[in-house]
This record gives sequence, structure tokens and C-alpha cells, in this order.
Amino acid sequence: MAEIVLMRNFGRQDSHTLAGYRATGGYGGWEKARTMEPAAITEEVKKSNLRGLGGAGFPTGTKWSFIPKNHAGPVYLVVNADEGEPGTFKDRYLLERDPHALIEGMLITARAIRCALGFVYIRGEYVQPWRLFSAAVKEAYDAGLLGHGFDIVVHRGAGAYICGEETGLLSSLEGKKGWPKIKPPFPAIKGAFGQPTIVNNVETLACVPPIITRGAEWFAALGTKTQGGTRMYSVSGRVPKPGVYEASVAITLRSLIHDLAGGVSGSGRLKAVVPGGGSAAILTADEIDIPMDVDGLKNAGSMIGSAGVIVMDESVSIPEALMVLARFYAHESCGQCTPCRESTGWIYKQVHRIVEGHGRKDDLDTILDVAKRGGGTTICAFYDGAIGPYISYIEKFRSEFEALCRS
Amino acid sequence: MNGAPGSSNSPPAERAGLAGPATNVAFTPEQLAEVRRLQGLYPDKRGALLPVLHMAQDTFGWISLEVEEYVAGFFALSPAHVHEVVTFYTLYFQQPKGRHVVAVCHNLSCYLAGSRDILAHVQRRLGVEVGETTDDGRVTLQSVECLCACEAAPMAQVDDRYELNLTPEKVDRILEGLR
Repeated sequence: MAEIVLMRNFGRQDSHTLAGYRATGGYGGWEKARTMEPAAITEEVKKSNLRGLGGAGFPTGTKWSFIPKNHAGPVYLVVNADEGEPGTFKDRYLLERDPHALIEGMLITARAIRCALGFVYIRGEYVQPWRLFSAAVKEAYDAGLLGHGFDIVVHRGAGAYICGEETGLLSSLEGKKGWPKIKPPFPAIKGAFGQPTIVNNVETLACVPPIITRGAEWFAALGTKTQGGTRMYSVSGRVPKPGVYEASVAITLRSLIHDLAGGVSGSGRLKAVVPGGGSAAILTADEIDIPMDVDGLKNAGSMIGSAGVIVMDESVSIPEALMVLARFYAHESCGQCTPCRESTGWIYKQVHRIVEGHGRKDDLDTILDVAKRGGGTTICAFYDGAIGPYISYIEKFRSEFEALCRS
Repeated sequence: MNGAPGSSNSPPAERAGLAGPATNVAFTPEQLAEVRRLQGLYPDKRGALLPVLHMAQDTFGWISLEVEEYVAGFFALSPAHVHEVVTFYTLYFQQPKGRHVVAVCHNLSCYLAGSRDILAHVQRRLGVEVGETTDDGRVTLQSVECLCACEAAPMAQVDDRYELNLTPEKVDRILEGLR
């Protein structure tokens, strides 16, 4: 079993307080980092093989190094706490149970990228996490940790999945509707309010203090060759013990389900698993002997995404599951790009019609054709995420869809 | 709260606040100071638009066209720009809502845990469909996308709180507690 790094304080009653955090060595990473050269911090994070834990899995230190070296104006750090990927709930735990880990990670990151102002964008529905995190920020100000060269603004969203997409989040932070922006320019060049900006996920930044405290080699050794560390897997669906589990990124999906989440409930027989949040391609029961790192899932034709694992037993209807997700994409498409706006709505109607028993077998090929044509044609990754389930559910469980069709 | 009762039934011109700021749409001096404080937190004051809209909804109950116009004034924005923002997000109400909002998650993990039955139970108990408010103005019912508490599915958000591991019995207790 891997070392527990991110959830080490969760068992403490006072884990959300500064005193509780300090009692377990909290802010030791910041004490060390404040004596380091900014470039040395970034180097250390690069060597740790930390990769973004919000969805895209981009190497964190490399992202930081994209900030222009001689930029004269401000640089911003934006924390993506707009957790919304179906099946994911890890950042909620961090915000509520270890908010100072994020604040410390922000302090260290801000030094690395020479930033004086950070924003934490928390989804609007997360009222309790917002309150607890805001209280931690106040404690950090009162203790003098913030307000001396680095400030944090806690910002509440207002309900929109697309704001978890980093440029949609920036639009929203700027007081606009959350429409993603065309890249390039990437946020590191032109981000929040037109200035160079690093957008990192909550869990990603919570990894930074232990990397500084215990060293890049230690962190890298926790994971695989191409990704260091542990991460928090959100496991839900048909398992006896749903919950958030920390494990090495090298853990297999089988071990995660059977050793940590207690196996498969319902009928007891596994049918399929969503390995990385709703937008990840589905895996069948015989595709779970894979490592849960970024590359392991990529090699399996899916993605680790936000590491939201949804388990389905034999009694689950895959067409119904796809209908539920298709409704989600139709609802959450921001409407900016035609292929996404039109296809998500149309595909939901088609899958709904099939589930209602009014579909035809050739509808399936039409859905696949429409889904695939839109891939790669939109401003952001939302639609590419949607076609992951459209295609994989139908291709891997086609007979189940056909059984519902008339001809 | 019951802010702006009956406004949704007023004529469009009146709703649009064409006669100038409506008398019932105004922040207190303390709230005006809070608007300025929020605006000062961002490199461009427009960044405070979402937080100020949250404040406005907490104060006036919902975001009417009058409220949009009132808020637009703080940001030197056209009311149309504020309207565009208000209509984009799910948490801003464009019509009066009940004193409580019950939002049942219907995404995948909750679906697998029986959220359809929970939603049907809430509908029966309240006698309303999704999107409606009970006649006594007590509860507005919503069916929403993933609230990210899938480990405790099926779940719902009731006002500010997450209510987890719902059963029909638990739903009954929760609804009885809403006054």
C-alpha cells in the first residue's frame, strides 16, 4: 500500500485549522521554499514528475516554466476548484479537510512563478467547502502567512460545468459567461485579465508542499516512470465502500476496486468501469488490469482525467448510463461552438429515444458518425470529452443498444 | 426570502425597470461598501460581477430584470451584459423561488444509486414537478447535474447543505424540516 500523503491529516478533528495543520508539520514546505530561488522550486517540481490532477495530466513544473521570463506586469495564479466532473469529489475533501495544504501549495507556487495574487475559483454549489476554505484563508492572513507579498481572493462560481475548463474558468473569473477561449495564446502567456496566468487544480497544488519538504526523488518514486506521487481516487457506483482513496498512481484499476473499495456490489459481477470521470471512455470488466496513471489509461484508450471511478455491475443498463451522461453534456455545452452545441443536444435525444424503445439499429451508426465528425473541431476539450462516452459505450456494448432497437 | 413578490407578473416595461431604479431594489450602505470592496479585489472590477450577483440574489430573493439593471450600474455595463451572465449560470434565479431550494442530483453515480426514485418521491411529497415551486412558496424543486458527492449517492442539495445517502424516509424528515 502506498504512502498516504494528501489525506494524511484527514483523520484529525482539527485538520481544517491552522493549528491542526501546523501540528503535522504544515507550512514547513513554505519555510523551505521561501529560501529557494524561484527557478529551483520549478526545477524540483519538474523532477518530481507531478502531473496535473484536474483532468489533462499536463506536467506541472513544465506548465509553470511557460510564464514569460521578463514579463513586466503582474502574473496570476488561479486555482481550479470548480470540481464538476461526474464521479469526482476529491477536491471537496481537500477544501474541507485540509485547506491549508492548498494555501501552502499556492504560496510555494506563487514564489516559483513570481506571482503576488492568487484566485481560488470554487464551484458555486460548494458552499460548505467555500466557507471552510475562506476561514482557513482568514487564519493564514491573521498569522501573517498571507498579505506579505502574496494575496488570495476566494471566488465563488455560479453553476456551470464548463467553468472547470481552464479558459472558461478565466472568462467566468473576469465576470463573463464561462465561454472558453481559443488557445493559443495559452493562459501562461495571456490568461486572467490578460496577464500571464497559471491555472492549477486543487489536488495538484496540495502535492507541492510535500514535494518541497521531502524532495522530488521521493515523490517521483511513489509513482510510475512518467508520473510521480499518489493521488486521490473518487470511487462511486456499485461498490460496497464508495469513497475517496489515496493510492500510488501506479495502482491498478482492479486493485482500486477490489482491494480498496471492497469489490463489486449489486449483482457482484463487474460489467464496466468509468475510470476517470464521466468524460473518460468506458472500460469493460476485462480491461481493468491497467495502471491508473496518465499513460496507463491513455494506452488503454481512455483517460485518467480527474480519477473519478464509477463502477457498474452486470445489472446496470449501459444505454441508460449513456443517456444520463448525454443529458449532462447537452445541458452543459456552453453553446459557443456549433458542433458541440448541436451534437450534444441531438445525441441526447437519439439515445433517449433508443432507451425508450423507439430507436432503430442504424441510429447507432448515425450517432457514431455524428459524434466522430465533431471531434477536434471545437475551441475546448468539452466535446472531445463527450465523445469519449458516446463512442465507447456504443462500440463496446453495441448489442445492448441493439436489443432496445426495433429493427 | 420573499423578495419582490408578484414581480414576475408585472408588465414587461415595469419588469425592465424602465422607470429607473425600483424602490425595492437597493443595497444598504453596508452592502454598497461591500460591493466596492469586492470590486477592489480584482484587477478589473468586473471580476466582482458574479459575487455581487450572489449578494443581490441573497438580498432580493432572485435576479429580476430590475436587479440586473441595478447591478449593471455598479460595473458600467449594459444590462444586456449582466443578463447574458445571469442566464448562463444555473444558480441565479430569474423568477421568484421558494423559501427553500431542493436540488436532487440526477447524474450517473446518483442514478446508479436510485436517484430517479428519490426524485419521484420528492415530487409526490411536494406535489410539484421539477422546476416548480409549491403553492405556499415553501420549496422549489430542481433536478441537477453532478454535485460531486457521489460517494454518498443518492444525494441532493437543500439550500446551502448537502444531504447525503438519501432514502425516502430521510427525504421525508428533511422536507418536514423546511418551513
